[in-house]
Amino acid sequence: MIVDGLVNAAGGFTPPTVEDMHLPNFFEIGSFGFGKQMLLVLLSVVIVAGFFMLAGRKRAMVPGKGQFVAEMGYGFVRNSLGKQLIGAHHFKPFVPLLFTSFFFILVNNLYGSIPFFQLPTLSHAGSAYVLAAIAWLTWVGVGIKRKGLGGFFKDLTMPSGVPPVLYIILIPIEFLSNLLIRPVTHALRLFATMFGGHMAMMVAAALMSHLAVTVGGLGGWLGSLAPLALGIFLFFLELMIQCIQAYIFALLLAVYLQGSVSEGH
Amino acid sequence: MSLLMAAEEGANPLVPNIWEIVITAIGFLILLFIVAKYVIPMFEKIYQDRKEAIEGGLAKAEKAQAEAAAAREEYNQQLESARLEAQRIREEARNEGEAILAEFKERANVEAQRITDNAQKTIEAERAAAIVSLRSEVGSLATTLAGKIVGESLNDDERSARVVDRFLADLEAEKQNAGATR
Repeated sequence: MIVDGLVNAAGGFTPPTVEDMHLPNFFEIGSFGFGKQMLLVLLSVVIVAGFFMLAGRKRAMVPGKGQFVAEMGYGFVRNSLGKQLIGAHHFKPFVPLLFTSFFFILVNNLYGSIPFFQLPTLSHAGSAYVLAAIAWLTWVGVGIKRKGLGGFFKDLTMPSGVPPVLYIILIPIEFLSNLLIRPVTHALRLFATMFGGHMAMMVAAALMSHLAVTVGGLGGWLGSLAPLALGIFLFFLELMIQCIQAYIFALLLAVYLQGSVSEGH
Repeated sequence: MSLLMAAEEGANPLVPNIWEIVITAIGFLILLFIVAKYVIPMFEKIYQDRKEAIEGGLAKAEKAQAEAAAAREEYNQQLESARLEAQRIREEARNEGEAILAEFKERANVEAQRITDNAQKTIEAERAAAIVSLRSEVGSLATTLAGKIVGESLNDDERSARVVDRFLADLEAEKQNAGATR
């Protein structure tokens, strides 16, 4: 309402749109257009791989600063995500996937808070979908391989300790919720938080520049302080959300994998 | 193409760009490969090495302690054996000293005996010589004296010797008889 009022008073504030998050491509070959988002995705591979390879290359008994940070990050994924959630017997083969998921998403999210990058790459839905798809294929594949097709679906859709009559309702619900809704929420949670956060930041920034530049004058300058404060608040909120979402994605993946390797429940 | 169009129109942010999917999948899988192949083995190795280093250090310390204890034990044993050795040597020395002393005493005794025997023999010989010389002396004195008393020359040596011998034999027989009766 306030924004509307301001916009009307100023006469024509244009809020940012989705197009502002999909900048023009750098180059295009047929239908293939290579843009900022793709560059950042590929850059994240170099950043994650480069950091850990460099930090660990000395293999020092007494680690330096870089190696210490890298070891802490690795130990965090390995132990609190892998070992504790999946279980000490089964977690080893999944550490690479958990590790890659967490740090890949973390770096891609943090782009949103780094000047000049300023684009959380997973605010583009396709990237979030494909990560959730890889996660889904993995935990479903592992479950079928471990328990057989029948065993996997039985564990998935028929929780034990329930009167058999209820299975009439439970089986379709569990099937739907675990097998279909799970991957969708897995992807959308990541995408939506990044998209929404980025959009909110852009609105704050656009409003600030509109008030300060287009409206101008003392009133405009003073008025722009409010969206500035909002923007700063959003920046730190986003920073937190960017880390938390990376953690949640990896955490859920670990939980799904745990369901696939554990015997019944 | 239609997807791209949709994205460009900005109608729906949920519609993905197919190339973003491809690029993200490729990037993710490349990273997954690097992580699985290099990063995780590297960090696992660091953990393993560190664990071994710490455990090795502890084992080394324990070994050193055990070695020190063994050395102390050995030292004590050596000390004990040295003490025993010293005692043995002292004992031996005392025994040897006693033996030497005894030997010297023995030798002194033997020497003394020998000297005593020699002296006795010498005395015996001296006595025998004295007896012999005394006999001839006494004989000639007695005959001279008897000749003077009897007035008859007893210069005939052969006869006088016979007389003396007879006299002495009588004297000895008498002495022997006296010894037997006594």
